[in-house]
Amino acid sequence: MKTIIQQLTEAFGPSGFETEVTELIKSMIEEHVDELGADVLGNLIAVKKGSQDGKKIMFAAHTDEIGLVVTHIDDKGFLRFGNVGGVGISTLVGNRVRFAGGAVGAIYQEKGSWKDLTLDKLYIDIGAESKEEALKKVKVGEFGIFHREFEDLGNRLIAKSMDDRVGCAVLVEALKTIKNPKNTLYFVFTAQEEVGLRGARTAAYGIEPDLGIALDVTLTGDMPEARRMDVSLGKGAAIKVKDSSLIAHPKVKDLLVSLAEEKQIPYQMEVLDAGGTDAGAIHLTKAGVPSGAISIPTRYVHSPSEMVDIRDVKACVDLVVALADKDLAAI
Amino acid sequence: MEIKQVLRSLSEASGVSGYEHGLNSLVQENCPWADEIKTDKLGNVIMLKKGQGSGPRPKVMLAGHMDEIGLIITKIEKEGFLRFGTIGGFDQRVLLAQEVVVHGRKPLTGVIGAKPPHVQAAGEQSKAVSMEDLFIDVGFDSQAEAEEHVTVGDLVTMKRDVLDLQSSFMAGKSFDDRAGVAAIFECFKVLAKVSHDADVYGVATVQEEVGLRGAITSTYGIVPDIGIAIDVGFGDSPGLPESDTIKLGQGPGIAIGPHVHPKLHTRMVETAKEWNISFSSDPSPYPGGTDAYAIQVARAGVATILLSIPLRYMHTPIETLDYEDVRRTGRLMAMFIAGLDNDFVEGLTCF
Amino acid sequence: MLLARLTEANGAPGQEGEVRDLIRAELEAHVDEIKTDALGNLIAIKNPDAPGPRVMLAAHMDEVALMIVGIESNGYLKFRPIGGVDPRVLVAKSVVVGAKKVPGVIGSKPIHLQKPAERERPFTIQELLIDIGAKTKEEAERLVKLGECAYFTTKYEEIGNGKIKAKALDDRVGCELAIRLLQEDVSFPLIAAFTVQEEVGLRGAGVATYQVKPDLALVLEGTTASDVPGTDEHKHATTVGAGPCITVIDRVSIPYPPLVQELFALADEEGIKVQVRRNTAGGTDAGRIQMSEEGVKVATIAVPCRYIHSPVSVMSKDDYEGAYKLVKSYLKRLQEREASN
Repeated sequence: MKTIIQQLTEAFGPSGFETEVTELIKSMIEEHVDELGADVLGNLIAVKKGSQDGKKIMFAAHTDEIGLVVTHIDDKGFLRFGNVGGVGISTLVGNRVRFAGGAVGAIYQEKGSWKDLTLDKLYIDIGAESKEEALKKVKVGEFGIFHREFEDLGNRLIAKSMDDRVGCAVLVEALKTIKNPKNTLYFVFTAQEEVGLRGARTAAYGIEPDLGIALDVTLTGDMPEARRMDVSLGKGAAIKVKDSSLIAHPKVKDLLVSLAEEKQIPYQMEVLDAGGTDAGAIHLTKAGVPSGAISIPTRYVHSPSEMVDIRDVKACVDLVVALADKDLAAI
Repeated sequence: MEIKQVLRSLSEASGVSGYEHGLNSLVQENCPWADEIKTDKLGNVIMLKKGQGSGPRPKVMLAGHMDEIGLIITKIEKEGFLRFGTIGGFDQRVLLAQEVVVHGRKPLTGVIGAKPPHVQAAGEQSKAVSMEDLFIDVGFDSQAEAEEHVTVGDLVTMKRDVLDLQSSFMAGKSFDDRAGVAAIFECFKVLAKVSHDADVYGVATVQEEVGLRGAITSTYGIVPDIGIAIDVGFGDSPGLPESDTIKLGQGPGIAIGPHVHPKLHTRMVETAKEWNISFSSDPSPYPGGTDAYAIQVARAGVATILLSIPLRYMHTPIETLDYEDVRRTGRLMAMFIAGLDNDFVEGLTCF
Repeated sequence: MLLARLTEANGAPGQEGEVRDLIRAELEAHVDEIKTDALGNLIAIKNPDAPGPRVMLAAHMDEVALMIVGIESNGYLKFRPIGGVDPRVLVAKSVVVGAKKVPGVIGSKPIHLQKPAERERPFTIQELLIDIGAKTKEEAERLVKLGECAYFTTKYEEIGNGKIKAKALDDRVGCELAIRLLQEDVSFPLIAAFTVQEEVGLRGAGVATYQVKPDLALVLEGTTASDVPGTDEHKHATTVGAGPCITVIDRVSIPYPPLVQELFALADEEGIKVQVRRNTAGGTDAGRIQMSEEGVKVATIAVPCRYIHSPVSVMSKDDYEGAYKLVKSYLKRLQEREASN
């Protein structure tokens, strides 16, 4: 499982340019699914057929990660850039970026106080000595990501883009485990979540699921002087009550809780006051889809060092596997 | 039962966004006029009153949202106090010293507390108490004791009975927008006595306060020709400019703006004048914030209009309105619907 | 000149009638079908049932304006912006109000009576009123209805070296391009959606797309250019005179990357100067179009305009001709591809 997480988190996939990630996932799951499809937005849709009396469940984990886009190259070869998704300025200075074409650079700031820092006061140095040299390495309009490797700390793992490759890893692992599910399962590796839950919306429109479940990271409150939030690393899968995109359908939430209790899967309740997930888009599809989310507790989200606990990740896999076989007549 | 009494019961019942299912039976039992009632996948209650037209009947959707804003438990402190966040927009200043119901394993009465003024540092009293510093006291002495009854993610509502003020004024915790639901009932009641071609879908929508969510899905399912959203509008009150408010006791505000189809506006104003129903003109350049905004852009687009019941002190536990405005709103919609025919509806796509 | 007539027509979000009528009259003879919907989008279709890709051109008809929300007892009109308007651009402009096109001015306290400190602070919307010369509320009410809108009176004019000055270039320039491009001779279904209410939240585009069901859409826009003194080069977003812009990302869309690549390559082959839109903020109808149903391939091609959302904007004729040539070449390429199929 750790290998899967490492491979996925080290892949390149800013919003809109997720192909490297979807190709990787395809190679991991090909043998375990009945159908594979793709669409205009860049979603990868894997289907595992269930029995006659089962329902359609759509599981969504997004393949895209936050990133940067080159907006300007100056005469000395320095780059200016804009954000792709919710990039925190404090996570950028001193960090490294890798572009689609392979160029790597360091991000730094103009002179001035930290407090007044805005994105347009930052620049990227790719080691070019002139505009001409820079133009050989990158183009204006090219997308980039944090350049950072995976670290295994034992139970805890650090990587860039745990958000949401760890969710993808949960689905990949679940797919390998599930043999003959009761319900028909759509594992959707969604594109463009970080820029507005876009892939999940068009995918759900085509699938018309009976139940939607997002697998995504959530914040925690277990660090020094952290925000007040009752989610901790190592305490199990987080079952979402609400975030700003979704109020989990009460029956879906209760179902997940009872499944966790029944299968003795460690879990905790998640009330997130900001941020959204793919379930926010899925539940508003067509005439409505009862939806919920299983979240992987993650520290330092949207930084190059997102941290998860492998035990929580496994709990999430167990919950997905349990749901695949659950009778959903009550939803 | 008088619909005014139904509004009282509705306002006193609990139904925070996403958790409106507790209101379903109350809504359904009090709607004897509908031919069919169903609940959709997100929980919208859809009440269909069929028209008498023999040909293809116009479909009119009336939307009043039944969800209310509320609080949600985010943490249980070791002393047994409960921390909370909000669902929907609360002004943190109105929360202090309110009585609440915590919907735990069973409903529990609690109070919202904060550090008393006596022990506050100089200068602290000149600042509003922030949400972060507030907590709910349900009288438990420890985290363990509280956890037997309450879980993170449980909902909290304001505890407030409806109050009858002078004349037909009333105050209560969730007239936004249960008054809209009551107006749909008033409309149905009148329609029972007049003939109308159109099929009327009265929808008590869910999750309006968190993003017009119920209206998005219910409109997709119904595919109406005309959508009428009934919500509350800012009533006249001290400190608010006249041009930003509508007066209590003078009937509904009929909105004008991008979210209102011009022909529906003209017809609605004509109907009000014809039947002597008072109304206010309500120009609104910012079209968002009500179910009309969601209804309008469903599928291939829906001709929509917004009627606003004047309401003071919106999003507080003492929302105040004049019940006569609810009745007028219902009657206006009924007379508008009675006057609809296919020709008018077909004309709505001709610009 | 069509662009002059288009920019001088008035069309607040939800009140696009004047613009719609003009476009309809211009196109009726050139298309197979032309219709409106419940929001007022105008949809013009060529070859509705022909084989081949359904290609949609989209441009919005509405412009930012001022909605009348109150009439004072002394006959002054209170207003609020509809769409994004910087209140600082409003003072001392002339306007026309409502269906009767009543002339008016946006007045303020004379400088002589202001305290020095007052001049440092911008006028707020609440302080500004429209004066139509009415002496009483009743007199004003006979001329203007609540909910009607006031518009700037800027005339279209060609200035300097190949520049155009006008109001509402965002997005009448897109409308003009779509009108011209719809007259191309193609065999596949070519549709132009002239959308409503873009300025108040991209309201019309999703609804239009649901009806058109295109395979591919090109959004034609007038976009912000800040290539002006006092702005660092890396904050220019776009440059007037450097060719039409192609969007790679904005707040609401990441246009379909293979289509974007194809447009850049095509521009290169045809020798059309183009630029990348170098700003991730702002949004166009592409956001709604791309998300329609199971997803639509989109690209946004925009003409850079300085000072948009104000009474006067400025653009270059060359950029505008470049945008025309680029889309025309693309349609031609699609046509060749169809012919060889």
